[in-house]
Amino acid sequence: MDFFKRHFSVAFLAVIGLVVIAFIGVKANLQLLFGVVIPYLAILIFIEGLVYQIIRWLRSPVPFRIPTTAGQQRSLGWISRDLGEKLDNPANTMQTLGRMALEILAFRSLFRNLRAELREMPETYAGGKLVYWSYKWLWLGAIAFHYAFLVVLLRHLRFVTEPAPAFVNLLGEVDGFIQFYVPTVYLSGIVLVVAGLYLLLRRIYTPTLRYISLAADYFPLLLIISIATTGILMRYFIKVDITAVKELVIGLATFKPKVVPGIGVILYIHLFLVCVLFAYFPFSKLMHMPGVFLSPTRNLPNNNRAVMHVNPWNYPVKFHPYLEHEAAYREAMYEAGLPVEILPESAEKEE
Amino acid sequence: MAKVPTPKELTRINYRPPAKSWMDTKPEFRPGVYLNAPSPKWLEMIGYPYPRKWSVPDEDWHLPPDWKEIILAGMEDRLKRFRTLKLFFDICVRCGACADKCHYFLGSGDPKNMPVLRAELLRSVYRRYFKTAGKLLGEVAGARDLTEDVLKEWFFYLYQCTECRRCSLFCPYGIDMAEMTILGRELLSSVGINIEWVMASVASCYEKVGHIGATPHAYKDMIDFFAEECERITGILPEVTYNRKGAEILFIAPSGDYFADPGTYTYMGYLLLFQYLGLDYTISTYAAEGGNFGYFISHEMGKRLNAKFYEEAKRLGVKWILGGECGHMWRVCNQYMTTWHGPATFLEVPKSPITGTVFEHAREHKMVHICEFTADLIHHGKLKLDPQRNAHLKLTFHDSCNTSRAMGIFEEPRYIIRHVLPEGHFFEMPPNTIREKTFCCGSGSGVNADEYLEMRMRGGFPRANAVRYVHDKYGVNHLGCICAIDRAVLPTLMAYWVPGMEITGIHELVGNALVFDDEIERTTDLRDRDLVGVGKAEEAEGEAEDE
Repeated sequence: MDFFKRHFSVAFLAVIGLVVIAFIGVKANLQLLFGVVIPYLAILIFIEGLVYQIIRWLRSPVPFRIPTTAGQQRSLGWISRDLGEKLDNPANTMQTLGRMALEILAFRSLFRNLRAELREMPETYAGGKLVYWSYKWLWLGAIAFHYAFLVVLLRHLRFVTEPAPAFVNLLGEVDGFIQFYVPTVYLSGIVLVVAGLYLLLRRIYTPTLRYISLAADYFPLLLIISIATTGILMRYFIKVDITAVKELVIGLATFKPKVVPGIGVILYIHLFLVCVLFAYFPFSKLMHMPGVFLSPTRNLPNNNRAVMHVNPWNYPVKFHPYLEHEAAYREAMYEAGLPVEILPESAEKEE
Repeated sequence: MAKVPTPKELTRINYRPPAKSWMDTKPEFRPGVYLNAPSPKWLEMIGYPYPRKWSVPDEDWHLPPDWKEIILAGMEDRLKRFRTLKLFFDICVRCGACADKCHYFLGSGDPKNMPVLRAELLRSVYRRYFKTAGKLLGEVAGARDLTEDVLKEWFFYLYQCTECRRCSLFCPYGIDMAEMTILGRELLSSVGINIEWVMASVASCYEKVGHIGATPHAYKDMIDFFAEECERITGILPEVTYNRKGAEILFIAPSGDYFADPGTYTYMGYLLLFQYLGLDYTISTYAAEGGNFGYFISHEMGKRLNAKFYEEAKRLGVKWILGGECGHMWRVCNQYMTTWHGPATFLEVPKSPITGTVFEHAREHKMVHICEFTADLIHHGKLKLDPQRNAHLKLTFHDSCNTSRAMGIFEEPRYIIRHVLPEGHFFEMPPNTIREKTFCCGSGSGVNADEYLEMRMRGGFPRANAVRYVHDKYGVNHLGCICAIDRAVLPTLMAYWVPGMEITGIHELVGNALVFDDEIERTTDLRDRDLVGVGKAEEAEGEAEDE
């Protein structure tokens, strides 16, 4: 089996396996395990893991201030910098915060994405030329995927709270504003699946991406697509008793857990996959979410020449001192008329 | 030397990755695409570990017996000291946005030159020894054993990264391949794997004058010669002082500018400018290298070479430091120097003695980029300039990677260019290839060795490709830059890809344009080429005239 097949099938089988485990578990009447124990465990692992990994990062210092500068630096007062340049090459904390916000909320760097293509031109001297064009599909796919996920997540707050906060209801209304089916179809769920599939398919069908992709790249995508799919199935096709579900979840949220009978197996599959996602999160590439906040090429201003950045482990190094340099060439330097700290012997004799 | 393929052969690039997994392919060390192992003497000069004779194409690299432990301990140590390394190892999602941003990938099609995969070469070892999943699951978790083959692969690909940071610009998390390359090269150095071109330069610079290993008196001769050349062409003899205590300003330029054409013309430009201003400055024979090849092998070696700047400024008692046109020198100056050696309390906040401008943005560093200095002069109307003396140039400007993505000095050189060139003689390359999105010259970070020519021509292809565009479209005949490595390597690159292009520093153009009150009538530029309107060049306006 080649590299791609191995990595893809491991991820694929893992997700299938998880579905099967939940299915068998519920059929074996392990509702307590899948409805209460595992969710608590998953949240615990998620929080502890997240804190552990972030602390693990924070324990390593940032010895140098190395922002990637993407606009005109702040230098001479009369060289004006527009807002874009200030955000792309921040000179102070405010501008850096702006840069971070743009990066985190709008995926600024990905928005910059270009595609390069080598066009064969056999009649020319070089035999070909490179052309570039703006390529926003990855940005669009990524932003759709992340925001859809966020909306879906927030909408789920209505299961945890009674009554649901106003903004959650509003979100639900906006999300379901196109009414063509009963119950109201939430766009976010569909966008999540479509964007997830796009991200998955580009990984599989772009030769270079397929070459670099690992099981750890397919697994979270397959997992999230499965979560969204089971959610959609549950809402529109294989209906479950919503009141019972809400009772179960509120029980969990208020630390008065109880097994609520009469909930379909699909809910447990959905919930189990969500639990796996949470527990997997801190040990995976999904840590790019907290990681982006800490990225030293993005979260530091480019003001090293104005404000000294201190390296906590800075240590003195051995260098070649001036006097050794002079000692090696003193005579010749003196003869060439170069000033010296210590006159050579020949010069003293002359005097 | 290996035969370099023709441009037409070279552009037949296959971007399709091979069928075999990247974990199972090995680099092919064929002449032209690898850099030579260093002579042990250089390592001995700077006290670097495991000096020995070895050769890259050989099977046996004579590694120390415990090389694996050294590398892993080194990696652990660096993970503790650099948050960047931990973070960049952990958070990459392999989205591939960086892939076609790398000039080496675009020029070679080798999938391991996609920054994401180049990083995976290191990351896979990190996962195997430092992450639970990798320890338990191995290959399926993207982990692999550290073997001699892996080490050789690191060597091959970490020197096919010029630390230009173009990938980090496009990365949604700002993952910086340059940072991993620097630390990866440090690891290689820790078991005595280095390259001749860098080690020779570092050791020479450490003990002698500049990367070229000149003696102080030879260095003085070179610069005195430039001054005489200035006099021959302009009638003005710049007065140059060396190691002069009490001067107001210490001037430090990269050795490329006094070592070889066309950098030397840039140096003449500096001297003419300082003479014009009557600047109270001096040049040091000790802090005589602006560039810093040490930075290309380790943070520590970078610091050891860079230490001379402040040491010399202190000894001479100058007020501040002026730095020449150089790329990686300014990355080091902007992002490392103050942290390494600061605060430099013995210096003053730089203030232009001519315009009175206080360079507030450099108040801790105490060092000013010459383009900032000159742009300020022009802005205050302190220079009498005759742009017509550059009328034989049609110029485009190459933003150097380091000054672009590790500093952001874009407007200063352009402002100067607009004032020293006649209107309509400056043409920008396509927007996706300049400023922060600029392409590397293909030879940065110490890989500008002769034996590496094929790889350099491949890496420089995207840059040359954009130059070709303005050359064909507007008849551009000069490529301007503010980097000494550019001036050293772009002539070769252009001769290969865009014959007929000349390379010039910006201060060479300033030197051409400066009008002295008591100068002789100028008939040629600093390169002895006839000015437009003089002699036969009149009809040939706008065309490149080779010397």
